[in-house]
Amino acid sequence: MAKQRRVMAQVAMVMNLDKCIGCHTCSVTCKQAWTNRAGIEYVWFNNVETRPGQGYPRTYEDQDKWQGGWVRTKSGRLTLRSGGRFKKLLSIFASPVQPGMEDYYEPWTYDYENLITAPLGDDFPVARPKSLVTGENMAIGASANWDDSLGGVAATEAGDPILKKLRDEANQQIKLEYEKSFMFFVPRICEHCLNPSCMASCPSGAIYKRSEDGIVLVDQDKCRGWRQCITGCPYKKIYFNHRTGKAEKCHFCYPRIEAGIPTVCSETCVGRLRYLGIILYDPDQVTAAALADDKDLYQAQLDLMLDPADPQVIADARRSGIPSDWLDAAAKSPVYALIKHFKVALPLHPEYRTMPMVWYIPPLSPVVDLLKEQGHDAEAGGNLFGAIDALRIPLEYLAELLTAGDVEVVREVLQKLAAMRSYMRDVTLGRPRQEDLPAAVGMTGQAMEQMYRLLAIAKYSERYVIPTAHREQAHHLEEIGCSVNFDDDPSAQGVFGESSGRPVPVAVESFAAAKARREEAARG
Amino acid sequence: METFLWGVLPYVVALILVGGLIWRYRYDQFGWTTRSSQLYESRLLKIASPMFHFALLAVFMGHVVGLLIPKAFTDWIGLDQHTYHVGAFWGGGLAGIALVVGLALLIYRRRTQTAVFRATTVNDKVMYLVLALAVGLGMVATLTGDKTASGEEHNYRETVSIWFRSLFTLQPNVEAMGHATWQFQAHIVIALLLIAMIPFTRLVHAFSAPLHYLFRPYIVYRSRDTDLRQSATRRGRGWDPIGTRDNEKSRR
Repeated sequence: MAKQRRVMAQVAMVMNLDKCIGCHTCSVTCKQAWTNRAGIEYVWFNNVETRPGQGYPRTYEDQDKWQGGWVRTKSGRLTLRSGGRFKKLLSIFASPVQPGMEDYYEPWTYDYENLITAPLGDDFPVARPKSLVTGENMAIGASANWDDSLGGVAATEAGDPILKKLRDEANQQIKLEYEKSFMFFVPRICEHCLNPSCMASCPSGAIYKRSEDGIVLVDQDKCRGWRQCITGCPYKKIYFNHRTGKAEKCHFCYPRIEAGIPTVCSETCVGRLRYLGIILYDPDQVTAAALADDKDLYQAQLDLMLDPADPQVIADARRSGIPSDWLDAAAKSPVYALIKHFKVALPLHPEYRTMPMVWYIPPLSPVVDLLKEQGHDAEAGGNLFGAIDALRIPLEYLAELLTAGDVEVVREVLQKLAAMRSYMRDVTLGRPRQEDLPAAVGMTGQAMEQMYRLLAIAKYSERYVIPTAHREQAHHLEEIGCSVNFDDDPSAQGVFGESSGRPVPVAVESFAAAKARREEAARG
Repeated sequence: METFLWGVLPYVVALILVGGLIWRYRYDQFGWTTRSSQLYESRLLKIASPMFHFALLAVFMGHVVGLLIPKAFTDWIGLDQHTYHVGAFWGGGLAGIALVVGLALLIYRRRTQTAVFRATTVNDKVMYLVLALAVGLGMVATLTGDKTASGEEHNYRETVSIWFRSLFTLQPNVEAMGHATWQFQAHIVIALLLIAMIPFTRLVHAFSAPLHYLFRPYIVYRSRDTDLRQSATRRGRGWDPIGTRDNEKSRR
């Protein structure tokens, strides 16, 4: 008899880049919630990058330089790009390729006190920027989004590792003006990978993946500050707290997730572009999947995700101890739908072989905007399809970002989005439906409408399908006993939309409850 | 006085070390870290830190050989005193020089790089002083400790090493240590002080050398803590609010 398949659950996220307006609300609320502490002033668990751009820390995608992620050896094994275990231990006294403060940015505050305490004089007093690291006056020269909305692109675009690669491949100078014709934002958090290279790099074994929900965390008591994880993570989403000497990272707002409410970045997203849900996967197949050829990695990762409606998967999942409410959530998972059912979401840099779990729907907007500027009907199917084929640079750029350079996959996704746009316009305007549009991208009109619903009008409870933590501990989580019932979306019935209606429990309450039960545990 | 220094103090230090390590492990895991300053400055550190640490490992091995292997053994395998001395002098001396240079560079870096200096606590400064003294006196002992004040030959393997090994039989040979030159005596007193300080300073990171990394699986799965376990680290440590004033706080 074959070995029984193990099934694990993973909380995953999909972001629809078409909807990101680059407002940084996610970054700011995340920072307010988690990284407004000494030692991590420079840290953004969530940051929003403008593409093309250098990213944060700058040029982090250049793995020849930063040595993050995994590589496949000639003998077909998976090894850390920065070296094996012995090499890591030998280089432990000074990490060979750790980004310095200058690669992130030097955090600062302003000397506001001077505004009120400056002596009377002819000149206006000013609040000079002061470094939060040295306390001295400083000239601000960088920040987490220094090249926001292509600001100063002439000076910074040379640092974009993807543009650099495309240029080298095309062996020609891509004109800046042409690049300006497309721009989009990429919000980034920790990928909570299935095969995390930060974890593999940690000499202390302090980084772990929670077996219940797959969230990757750093045990603050076990971390000894060897900082190998920072090199190991190709997304550079592990940070060093220089005050405590410990690594810190995005923890997927696990206190909120456990209580069944979305992460802060999702909750506060103005564009409502984030989706949260459960993915079921087979942990024993992860390494094999991570060994696929570069351009097969996307498919390998898709294959890793199990169909939550398959009775065999459900049986295996139950045997692996996944509770039924989690299976229900997995069946309703908007993330699974976008990733595997509609196949419109793509992983960020699959070629790092970490099996990332935050996926992105590539933006069609740059194409639409360009068409509009040129005076075309930007939502006519034929025009859009033609433009997608013609716009080589944005397509190649997106492919480098999301499919290890496989342009075809990106093209298919964009064509689906274009077909949806065109098809639904006819529906909205009461014109006859062009059934050849969905057919051209291998979909039915009904599927198109479903996808449209999920992408365009999905409500809170459809976008965030998060089961609460395991029932055995359910009595610890106060949201269960709370009078506000979260199972049915309060906004769904409301005539005033999502922002009105009954008050929504906030994470502060979860925190208070967590604190209370800790104190209770300490007493008991 | 001699009885105290060579008969009592070593055991007190051993108690402080073991007790301190247990205390720190139980109650201050959160503070148990290298407190790396690489984020602030990397160029000097990449030279100085490996130089210091590898030299330290070499020096440590030298101490193990010199203190634990009896002279009778090296005599028995036919290694005469002169050859041994030359080997120890040059081997130990070179490692010692690398150690001194590495440490000097690290201290220079710590003083001149504003960010690093501001992250230096009083605890660190005291530790650096004792560490530098121990290393410096060790070099002095290696270079000049082989002659007593009256010009007689002095072989530490017949004084210090005998005393050191006698510590483990709980019958400290105070007399043997009393015959050592002042250089060795001073080095040992400071070294004992340094060892006693280990659990209470950043030096504690030496005891978490991650050798188990060679054997653990790459991917670590761990169940969500059901008992809502909490860090045992309580007072004095933890996450601080943002702002430059915190730097002042840490230096107090």
